[in-house]
Amino acid sequence: MTEPSDANASPPTSPPDAPLRTTPLNARHRQLGARMVGFGGYDMPVQFPTGILAEHLWTRENAGLFDVSHMGQGFVVGADHETVARALETLCPADIVGLKPGQQRYSQLLNDAGGILDDFMVTRSTDPAEDGALMFVVNASRKEADWAHIEARLPAGVRLMRAENRALVALQGPRAADVLARHVPGVADMAFMTAVSAAFDGIDCHVSRSGYSGEDGFEISVRARRVEDLADALLAEPEVKPIGLGARDSLRLEAGLCLYGHDIDETTSPVEAALVWSMQKRRREEGGFPGYERIRRELAEGASRKRVGILPEGRAPAREGAEITTRDGRPVGVVTSGGFGPSVGGPVAMGYVAADMAAPGSELSLVVRGNALPARVVSLPFVPHRYARRVV
Amino acid sequence: MAETRYTRDHEYIRVDGDTGTVGITDYAQQQLGDVVFVELPQVGKSVAKGGEAAVVESVKAASEVYAPVAGEVVEVNGDLEGAPGTVNEDPKGRGWFMKMRITDPAQLAELMTEDQYNDYVAGL
Repeated sequence: MTEPSDANASPPTSPPDAPLRTTPLNARHRQLGARMVGFGGYDMPVQFPTGILAEHLWTRENAGLFDVSHMGQGFVVGADHETVARALETLCPADIVGLKPGQQRYSQLLNDAGGILDDFMVTRSTDPAEDGALMFVVNASRKEADWAHIEARLPAGVRLMRAENRALVALQGPRAADVLARHVPGVADMAFMTAVSAAFDGIDCHVSRSGYSGEDGFEISVRARRVEDLADALLAEPEVKPIGLGARDSLRLEAGLCLYGHDIDETTSPVEAALVWSMQKRRREEGGFPGYERIRRELAEGASRKRVGILPEGRAPAREGAEITTRDGRPVGVVTSGGFGPSVGGPVAMGYVAADMAAPGSELSLVVRGNALPARVVSLPFVPHRYARRVV
Repeated sequence: MAETRYTRDHEYIRVDGDTGTVGITDYAQQQLGDVVFVELPQVGKSVAKGGEAAVVESVKAASEVYAPVAGEVVEVNGDLEGAPGTVNEDPKGRGWFMKMRITDPAQLAELMTEDQYNDYVAGL
């Protein structure tokens, strides 16, 4: 048998010989029996002893705790919200100026060709004393490049502060709100994509109601030296189990969410990537961000290719890199994420296809080990999102 | 009496006369994690020693399963199609992949015995 290779384990941006960095929860992962892999330059748990299937299903039914401390956290700070937001809007296509205090948005750093340098979450502080501070969470494998990119483009008076001393954990799943409310009163009333500064059993933290699983849940940013106490308190709750990157990947794939370096990269635009929803109307109409010429054209005329959900008809998973063809063998695209969806109970995939094959129901073939396997385009997500939608 | 031999790639072959039952070891299934799909060869296919015989897929990755010795596939375990997790539950029993007619029994001597394989795994 060939050594099983973890498809998403090492993004191409990591130098192969660089020593892996660790998160403040590394010792805890090992103590819990995690199998560790390199991801984004970090030594991370890919799974715990129960395995990816059980971890995935547990998260969909209860609550899973994920260490995402490898991700980059930082603040962009200036005189006031308007000043900082205007500066950021020159780098990304989301409406940052219109963020209300405590509101969070998903966006992308774009290059001049409208390709995606990274995707990120940005949050405006609730605290009036912190007006003019935006908090960022970016991908581990991209953070050095992102910070350099942002720093080089900020005007005088606006500066980037890296939060290297902060850890980040995600608590995801339908029981997450009940569990977290035992430690942070009031979180059950938070709306999806909002954030507050709070205390977790007396530990200062930032809590946002967001995540990467398609389920309700929270991300909790905390000083690195306190994260073990916080994680232990959550793991002591009967509804909570530790979850590795393997289930994180299968959960986000079923939720139709992009993984940077796979489903989106410097060649894909937000329009091709089906991320138009993340570009608010004012920005789509006014532009003022890198690559707007391409994005405006794609919005008006349609992109030549589009990211879609693909459901193989058989049982064989199609992995990243599998060629997509029409049923009569004409190449029309490539799979960018693919595997087994534990909640779907079968294989699922995402990929880019030519615009004329992107409509749900389009019949395709996926080339796996030389065999053309029948598949069809389906609407994303594969598993309905269960976010806490509610008016702020 | 049936004797089981092992490859360095964690396949086993349980020999009974001129027929061998091939699967992956307990160590291999643990390394793979949850098996979600198994692709089996056609009955009648000739396989070379070390040639690709089957594919086993976990949630995250696909791995090839190699023929421990040369031979002809005479039967495959069709139950794995509907229940691939059997490979995790009972790799040496109900989780077998295929039966093959062994072309050259002398090749078996090139494989590890159970004791040798256990020592080999202990050193990994």
